[in-house]
This record gives sequence, C-alpha cells and structure tokens, in this order.
Amino acid sequence: MDSSAWGLLAYGAWTTAWISGISIAIGVLLGLIVALLRVARIPVVHQVLGTYISLARATPLVTLVLFIFLTAPTMGLDINRNVAGIIALTLNTTAFNAEIWRSAFNNFSPEQREAALAIGMTPWVYFRRIMLPQITITSLPGLVNEMSFLIKGSPAVAVIGVVDLARVTNRISAVTYEPLPPILAAAAMYMVMISLLVWLQRLAERKASRLAV
Amino acid sequence: MSNWEILWSSRDVFLQGFYNTLQLFGISAVLAFLLGSVMVFLLEGSRPRLKIPLRIFIDGMRMLPFLILAYLLYYGLPSVGIRMSAWYAGLTALVLYHGAYFAEILRGCRTTFPLGQVEAATAQGFSLPTMFLRIIWPQLILKTRGLMGNQLIILLKDTAFLVIITVRELTAAANSLSSTYFIPMEAFIVVIGFYWLISIGLEQFIKLIGRYGAKRGFENA
Repeated sequence: MDSSAWGLLAYGAWTTAWISGISIAIGVLLGLIVALLRVARIPVVHQVLGTYISLARATPLVTLVLFIFLTAPTMGLDINRNVAGIIALTLNTTAFNAEIWRSAFNNFSPEQREAALAIGMTPWVYFRRIMLPQITITSLPGLVNEMSFLIKGSPAVAVIGVVDLARVTNRISAVTYEPLPPILAAAAMYMVMISLLVWLQRLAERKASRLAV
Repeated sequence: MSNWEILWSSRDVFLQGFYNTLQLFGISAVLAFLLGSVMVFLLEGSRPRLKIPLRIFIDGMRMLPFLILAYLLYYGLPSVGIRMSAWYAGLTALVLYHGAYFAEILRGCRTTFPLGQVEAATAQGFSLPTMFLRIIWPQLILKTRGLMGNQLIILLKDTAFLVIITVRELTAAANSLSSTYFIPMEAFIVVIGFYWLISIGLEQFIKLIGRYGAKRGFENA
C-alpha cells in the first residue's frame, strides 16, 4: 500500500467517525426524550413509541439504511447518502438508548422526588438538578456500550455507497488488486476506535461507581 | 396492478430470501453456540494452555465490525489461496464472530459459579469432559438464556450485512425487487415485517426455555 492508499483509509476512518459521532450525539438525546415520553405514559404516544422501539430493535441496520435511502425519493424528499445513513443509524441507536434511559428512570428512587417537591422544587428543577445528573451516571456504561455497537454497525452505510472505513477497502483493492492489506488495516483502525470507547467505558464505570453510592 | 399486487405476484423472491436468511441464521446459530461452548470448555481446568490465544481471539472479534470479518473472508482470503463462495464465507463469518460472543457470555457466567460444584464433581469421580457436559453446561445454558436471546437477535440482524458480499438473503430480495419495480417502500416494509416476525418468535422461544428453567429451579437466574 502506498501513501495514497493510507490517505484514502484515513478519509474513510474520518467518514466513519463523523457519521457515527453525529448519530451517537442525536441518538443519546432523542433516546432520553423517547424514554421521558414513555415514562409519562401518554395514551397513544406510549403505544406508538413502544412499537417503534420493538421494530427498530428487530430491523437490521443494512435493511433500515436501504429502506430510508430508497424510500425518501418516492416521498419527494431529496436526501443525500450521508444524511440517509445518519438518519438510519440514529433511528436504530435511539431505540436502544431509550431502553437504557428508561431502565434508569424505573430504578430511580421515588423518595428523592417526594423530598424535592416537599422543599418546593418545581418538577422541571427537580428533573434537571436532581434526577438527570444521577441517571446520567447510572446510564453511562450502557450508553457507551451502545456507542460501540453503533460503530460496529456503521459499515451498514456502505451499502448505499457512503465511502466509510469498510467500503474504502474496496476502492483501494480496485487499484492495487491486493484486498488483504487494506482490509487488515481497516480492521486495525476499527479496533483502535472500539478500544478507545472501551477504555472510555472503563473510565466512566470507575467514575460511576465512585459517584453513585 | 397496485404495488402490493406486484409484490404478491413475486412472493417467490421473498420466500426464497426468507428461507435463505432462516437457513443462514439457523445453521450459524447452532454452530456458533457449539463453538462458544467448546471455547469455554477449553478454558476449563486448572492450567489451560489455550487461555491466551482464546482471549486474543474473543477480544479481537468483539472489537471488529462484522462486515470487516465478512470482507476478510470473502475478499481477503482468496489472495492467500482460500476461495469460498459468498454463502460459505458469510456462514463462516457468522459462526466465528458470534461464536466469540457466545463464548464471552458463557465465560462471564462461568466465573460466577461456586468452586464447590467442581470440587464435589471431581470427588465423585467425574472426568473433566463429563463434568462440563453434565454439570456446568446445562446450568450455563439456563442461566444465560436472556443474554443468549439478545445475541441471537444480533446474529439475525448481522445476516443482513451479507447482502454486501452478494449473498441472496432477505434484504437482497427486497433490494432487487425494489430496483426492478421501483416500489422500495412496500418491498422493505414486507422484509422488515419478516425480521420482526423472527425476532418475536425468538423472544417466545427464550421465554419457553425460561419456563423450562423455572421448573428445574432456575427462576432467579
């Protein structure tokens, strides 16, 4: 492999990193909102979100990516490959994150709410000052785990032609006729990304066990 | 003809894809589970020599995206002289990848067992293989059923990646139909329904094992 091949690999790694990064950021936030809506048990919304979570968890990422990319034009929406990929990854990870947030909500002690309301906090102040910091800490390990699942699933966007770290290996081997070196290099780069996250998770768990007593 | 009628008239394509996905899923689930069990068995005993290579294999697989392994087997291996069809490459990738995950699930559960069980079994004259097969393995299966169920659903979803290395499975069926007739929405809704069906079936199956486990005193597992 020459320097242009390494350049392409770096470009692919960057694409994987930013597409996954945006999906993770939106997914964590949307997951929190979905979990809040589910905990509130608003009649119709509750069932709709429950179905969404069940469906999104059963649908393979590749299928979801293809579905969104091919269906959007028939509904008159003009979206490019990257956006379709981000939407699919976000829809997928939101469902998993919502379940992680929801289990943190359900395990949260009700006494704290009573105490906070008794000393005159509004529900919003209680949520932001008391509940959110604590459930963030308890959900962090699960959320980071889901992030590494998302990165491992992100090659699904290759199916619609996004040149990410997985697909870039095809481009390189189309020139060099040697598929093995770029695939191994891409594998090593993925391993670096995932082990970075695993290291972050260990850090988060250590912090969580220190803070959440 | 409406879009749904077009789909109904080409139901053979869906059924063929569904059958292929089920076949890949079924065979790889069984083989991956056996591979995982064998790896845990090899870690059994006081001084397993295979501990370090197995650890490297399991952790390596857990850090790798599934598609990269499939690429490695399908595009990479021919350059060292090993050539497999897309179907076999896909199946091998599924078995190796998820075998490592199953091994990790089983190993995690194995470490929680009390030491006394093994000692008692050894005192009764069990050999290591019989002890594993009769005492450790059944407990592992019943205790890890929830995690196994999750892993099986991940395995099912990973079969869809094989469309990228040209395996004719369920997602490939939807893809080819939608590009032939320009009806992506309906084709993919049907396919997502199929995947949903298999997942719900899996969840029911896990519940069934749970009931069997509860009968044998594993309700708190």
